[in-house]
Amino acid sequence: MKLYLKIWRQLNTSSKGEMVDYEIDGVTEHMSFLEMLDLLNESLVQLHERVIEFDHDCREGICGQCGIMINGRAHGPLKHTTTCQLHMRSFKDGDTIYIEPFRATAFPVLRDLKIDRTAFDAIIASGGYIGASTGQAPEANSIPISYETVEASFDAAACIGCGACVATCKNSSAALFVGAKITHLALLPQGKIEASKRVLTMVNQMDMEGFGSCTNTEACEAECPQGISVLSIAKMNYEYNKALIFKK
Amino acid sequence: MLTMKSTTLKNKLIIAFTGLFLCFFLVIHLLGNLQLFLPEDQAREQFNWYSNALSGNILIKIISWVLYLSLIGHAVYALIITTKNNTANGKNYHYDKRNFSSAWNSRNMGILGTILLIFLIIHFKDFWYTYKFTNLPVDAAGHKDLYEVVVQSYSQLWYVILYEISFIALGFHLLHGFFSASRTLGLYHPKYVKAIKIFGWGYTLIITAGFMAIPLYIHFK
Repeated sequence: MKLYLKIWRQLNTSSKGEMVDYEIDGVTEHMSFLEMLDLLNESLVQLHERVIEFDHDCREGICGQCGIMINGRAHGPLKHTTTCQLHMRSFKDGDTIYIEPFRATAFPVLRDLKIDRTAFDAIIASGGYIGASTGQAPEANSIPISYETVEASFDAAACIGCGACVATCKNSSAALFVGAKITHLALLPQGKIEASKRVLTMVNQMDMEGFGSCTNTEACEAECPQGISVLSIAKMNYEYNKALIFKK
Repeated sequence: MLTMKSTTLKNKLIIAFTGLFLCFFLVIHLLGNLQLFLPEDQAREQFNWYSNALSGNILIKIISWVLYLSLIGHAVYALIITTKNNTANGKNYHYDKRNFSSAWNSRNMGILGTILLIFLIIHFKDFWYTYKFTNLPVDAAGHKDLYEVVVQSYSQLWYVILYEISFIALGFHLLHGFFSASRTLGLYHPKYVKAIKIFGWGYTLIITAGFMAIPLYIHFK
């Protein structure tokens, strides 16, 4: 199939970018979206032009590296799908496709479709871990925990940190990302110990990174490749309010 | 040492608490207004008595001050959050279909809120100010005749239309606002989230339908 692409090109963070038109022929419906971009890049190499840079790693939908705004939606038209798992069968011959980087003040564009998600790392570094000494690996059954709790914690832990929640949020809020991390750890016996301190520092860091505030539009859940529930945002609010009331 | 400058969730809490107080106030306001559905003579006597009783009561005075503060706080903090969110949003997308993933009213609480603010200015001027600061004629019992002001206002079709549009905006604002406040307060258990959502729908329908019915009833009576 033949496609008309409008792609965001930007040399570096400080330069002014623009949308550039490309035409590509010979795309098959079995190609993934990233393979289609690979094909375009090959043709650019042959023309001795600068290739279009985009993030990717596993191409299996589990690493969270890829993330592009495709036709105005994070990771493209499908729900709960990463860009690498989007295939060209979702498009048809002659389509025009707008391809832009995820946008947020906290996610500066590095080049073309590549963005800097260091802000997420800073949030995790501020408290998204268990600092209590847990010693050597104990007998697994010595810490009683219910199956439902384990599953709920793991559902939240499934977040791959791709940033689609921020990109699709009208407020560029990182509430779903932070909520998922808080929920993941706050549900576990080892994580409960530092839950109050963790939620305060992580929310504080989220603010300092320049993310907006959540207004519960729930767009993030719809676009999240892992289908992280917006209830993890409510859980974060619960943990935060509890910490505000009981902190010493 | 860590500096705690976080304000995002605290600002949201202020919006949630003031919003919920306004939700509570709407119930009281609607209950009082139901007297307007009585037969005309009885409605005039009872509504005027009720309005007079409210303005003299110290407890009501305290609540009304909380109400004014809630209204102002709700609007001011909404403005603060919106400004911050716009900054966080940065550059716009060239092609934006993000509205596909969320409800229209949840994305436009600011527009709905602005309509409500304009409505409130008109509403305060025509009823609150008129009742408190002008010399109204009195009814048979010697109370200021607010009922007559209500009847006169709603006899004009454009005024009824203005109110109906505002109440539709109120309905959409409440539908998202009530449930959003429960989220901000941290209600995360799926069972109760569902219950609150159903309650929010019921609350919104009753409040909106109730307020919408009054101008229509008086206009077409």
